Amino acid sequence: MSILRNALTIAGKDLRAERKSKQVLPTMLVFAVLVIVVFSFAFDPDKESTKALIPGLIWIVSIFSAILGLNRSFISELKNDNIQGMIIAPVNSISIFLGKFFANFVMILIVQAIAIPMLFLLFDYQFNGSLPWLLLTIFTGTFGFVGIGSFLSAIASNSGISEMLLPLLLFPIATPALIGIVSATKIILRHPDQIEKAYGWLQLVGGYDIIFFGICIVLFDYILEV
Amino acid sequence: MSFFKNEEELGLNLNTRTTLVNHIVYGIAFAMILVSAYLIFIYSNIEKTMGAVQKIFYVHVGTAWNALLAFGVVFVCSILYLATKKRIYDVYATVAAEIGVVFIIIVMLTGPIWARSAWNVWWSWEPKLTSALILFFIYIAYTMIRFMDGSWDKKARLCAVFGIIGFIDVPIVYFASEWWGSKFHPTVVGQEGGGLEGNMVFALVFTVFAFSFFLTALIHKGVRIEKARIELQHMKDKIAEKIGR
Repeated sequence: MSILRNALTIAGKDLRAERKSKQVLPTMLVFAVLVIVVFSFAFDPDKESTKALIPGLIWIVSIFSAILGLNRSFISELKNDNIQGMIIAPVNSISIFLGKFFANFVMILIVQAIAIPMLFLLFDYQFNGSLPWLLLTIFTGTFGFVGIGSFLSAIASNSGISEMLLPLLLFPIATPALIGIVSATKIILRHPDQIEKAYGWLQLVGGYDIIFFGICIVLFDYILEV
Repeated sequence: MSFFKNEEELGLNLNTRTTLVNHIVYGIAFAMILVSAYLIFIYSNIEKTMGAVQKIFYVHVGTAWNALLAFGVVFVCSILYLATKKRIYDVYATVAAEIGVVFIIIVMLTGPIWARSAWNVWWSWEPKLTSALILFFIYIAYTMIRFMDGSWDKKARLCAVFGIIGFIDVPIVYFASEWWGSKFHPTVVGQEGGGLEGNMVFALVFTVFAFSFFLTALIHKGVRIEKARIELQHMKDKIAEKIGR
């Protein structure tokens, strides 16, 4: 239980620091909206065929803005050797991973809560599917790539070019989750009558989430070793 | 030698002399590649519909299997490294990954050439292709971590962790993309599979094994080179220490 309590302390520290500095979250938000704007230039929002792109767009916007936040997650700890302090502190290293994960997860959910309605608005999309299913899909998918993303961000932070390295590490590893979650979102938004197929995809992504979250927890100890 | 003591503790034997085993491994690999070239180009039949182009398939499948096998070596050595912290496993993982990159590049080059003549497209988003492409990107990412700056043990740890995650990811990618949509790749050997005649199957199986031996020989050679490089670094450090820098 103390693992979880320490994790929440670390997550709280990150979120409080973010509330004071207001650097990462606004950047992520503006970036997400900019991606949507660029897309509306690239694909005519008035055309009916563009509506078919919206499920994919949701995830492109989410992942691209998530990358920004994930990058900062461990790099911000390099200043004043904070990360050494965290390693030496009498907490289980799993708490550090979970704490970083919670903080990233909350920030990305906030970005999605604003960017996805904005996307529907700017592309004049009338959502009439099942809202609980959509929320469940977004939650499952985001959980998957933020989990592995926080982990890979810790690996990348050791490099001098971590901002460039992280997408290269994350995209190939997150591929199964992306395939599953885009397919599920497509079914929910465009074919609400075939919801049981979306359930199958969600099971795949759920399996991915569990497997990789488990691996991250087991292996995180090795990343932080001094 | 005394100043290698630290390395010996880490399970690294810095003896890089050519032994009989080396010669045997290289000899077998060389002979098998020659025989498989004979089997591919002269012994096996020319496929009816695709013609001589189909012969690229033997090399394609041979390298594809071994690219995956090389990453399997990376995976096993990564686990062993994290468990034992012996440098020799890191050396093996480094070398296997380097050779795997070469093999997967051959796969990615031969694949489209064959696909163009067999399916009339250069590329198709089909499970085996998608997984091969993702494996290629995972290899690239692994190599990027390998070329990071920092001490060898830090890189070894991070590479080992990524090697494990990457290898576990590949079958999941395959499963996900198979569900996503399967179109072209035939199941050639097995019960429902059709298109291969007896001598073609033999040539294929032999080529796969020939490439496996070739992979083994290359890993063997690579490990010796890597050991020589480490030894050289030690000597440089020693000299730098002697002249007081």
